[in-house]
Amino acid sequence: MSNRITITAQVNGETVTRDVEPRQSLVDFLRENLELTGSHVGCEHGVCGACTVRMNGEIVRGCLTLAVQADGAEVETVEGLSDTGEIADLQDAFLRLNAIQCGFCSPGMLITAAELLDRNPAPDRTQIREFIAGNYCRCTGYQTIVDAIEAVAKERRG
Amino acid sequence: MKPSPFAYAKPADLAEALRLKADHGDDGTFIAGGQSLVATLNMRLSSPDILIDIGGVTELSGIEVSDGSVRIGALTRHRDLEDSPDIKTHAPLIAEAIAQVAHPAIRNRGTMGGSIAFADPAAELPACILALDGAIEIAGPDGRRKVAAGNFFKGLYDTDLGTGEMITAVEFAADSDDWRTGFDELARRHGDYAMAGLAARLRMDGDSIAEARLVYFAVGDKPMLATGAGGELAGKPLSAETIEAAAASLDSDLEPFDDLHSSAAMKLHLARELTRRVLTKIAGGAQ
Ligand SMILES: Cc1cc2nc3c(=O)[nH]c(=O)nc-3n(C[C@H](O)[C@H](O)[C@H](O)COP(=O)(O)OP(=O)(O)OC[C@H]3O[C@@H](n4cnc5c(N)ncnc54)[C@H](O)[C@@H]3O)c2cc1C
Ligand code: FES
Ligand code: FES
Repeated sequence: MSNRITITAQVNGETVTRDVEPRQSLVDFLRENLELTGSHVGCEHGVCGACTVRMNGEIVRGCLTLAVQADGAEVETVEGLSDTGEIADLQDAFLRLNAIQCGFCSPGMLITAAELLDRNPAPDRTQIREFIAGNYCRCTGYQTIVDAIEAVAKERRG
Repeated sequence: MKPSPFAYAKPADLAEALRLKADHGDDGTFIAGGQSLVATLNMRLSSPDILIDIGGVTELSGIEVSDGSVRIGALTRHRDLEDSPDIKTHAPLIAEAIAQVAHPAIRNRGTMGGSIAFADPAAELPACILALDGAIEIAGPDGRRKVAAGNFFKGLYDTDLGTGEMITAVEFAADSDDWRTGFDELARRHGDYAMAGLAARLRMDGDSIAEARLVYFAVGDKPMLATGAGGELAGKPLSAETIEAAAASLDSDLEPFDDLHSSAAMKLHLARELTRRVLTKIAGGAQ
């Protein structure tokens, strides 16, 4: 396409510069151009939360954000958050407490849980449910996900 | 699905944004948070030639309180409203409503201006701005103008915005001590668009209600100010009987229609129930 636009972003701490089509979503850019396939694509209209990534320190829908809008931004995906160890305790609790089955929702769920605990270190179960209400899980029935997030919140508070 | 191709421009200021819009007319679409627009692009419900990203027009962001009035810039995100102590103090209705708007990741990008311009009949913020008797500030090729919220929302996704115009801010009076507010909605899942909702403000004169602004949403083609129910409450104390009278008069105030999830009769039932819940809660808090 003639109207490609050059963007530069910090993705998981590395500076990347690429030409993108304006219509390309951030999550497709991450998956297809950068081969970061941890973020998933489900509904593509903002409902399921599988595409959740962090942009400038806050969670966003990767399918409702355009790659061009990430120009100059700092983007973090589940790969980056795994490498830094930031969500290691959440990942461990998800495994331990059976909050992962097929794993399709898990990257989005983990990043969303990380933001919740960042903003509210002591959420009750209702607050956990409300915060993750925008992330669909087709397997677990949510109980175990709420258990895992609650457990990590307790562990972090010591 | 993927959107059809479009070009992209990111103006640095308001003048450039308006000029780009003037150049492209109906083929150019503003994008703010993109949380409604990108979904419609992905579903190919709309296919503009060019997106004009107003995300860089920083003069449109921010919440200001001065001389008893509150001004919220169009680019102010839902998240900013949620975190704002000024909103909690001066517009408790919005503080209460905002947690019901979509989900955290969407609130991190969705904006006041986008929500008002999109005018979804089930959206919380248009209903709040109408309950607050606010005004929409608009900039266009012919300069700036202000429209009362009561005249801005025309119908289903339809507003008073003309081609080439942009919302720059919303404005309303800060709540004084004599106002009581309440908000509630019924949705299938927390954060989903409501099946029925109520944004209510009552101005009290001692024990009696001087003025009642009850705005219902998701029960019509736009947010509906219930003048009949408001009239039932005016001049009376907030009691079980007056609340019931207000709920009963919704028959003539509202004309809901069936949608995917509920019939018109059910919506009316939900609106009555919300009236009882919200007003009873206000009555309890006032004691
Ligand atoms: C899964 C999901 C659930 C949601 N649930 C809710 C909900 O429960 N309640 C609710 O209220 N909303 C909900 N939303 C919508 C969300 O609140 C949007 O953020 C909001 O409706 C639009 O704001 P935006 O900044 O993203 O606008 P955009 O998507 O960028 O734009 C929307 C429209 O407004 C126009 N526009 C934007 N800014 C301006 C401006 N300043 N002047 C003139 N025109 C402008 C655009 O051209 C476009 O036509 C939901 C969205 C999703 C994806
Ligand atoms: S793919 Fe983005 S929310 Fe479903
Ligand atoms: S584990 Fe399968 S969707 Fe959540």
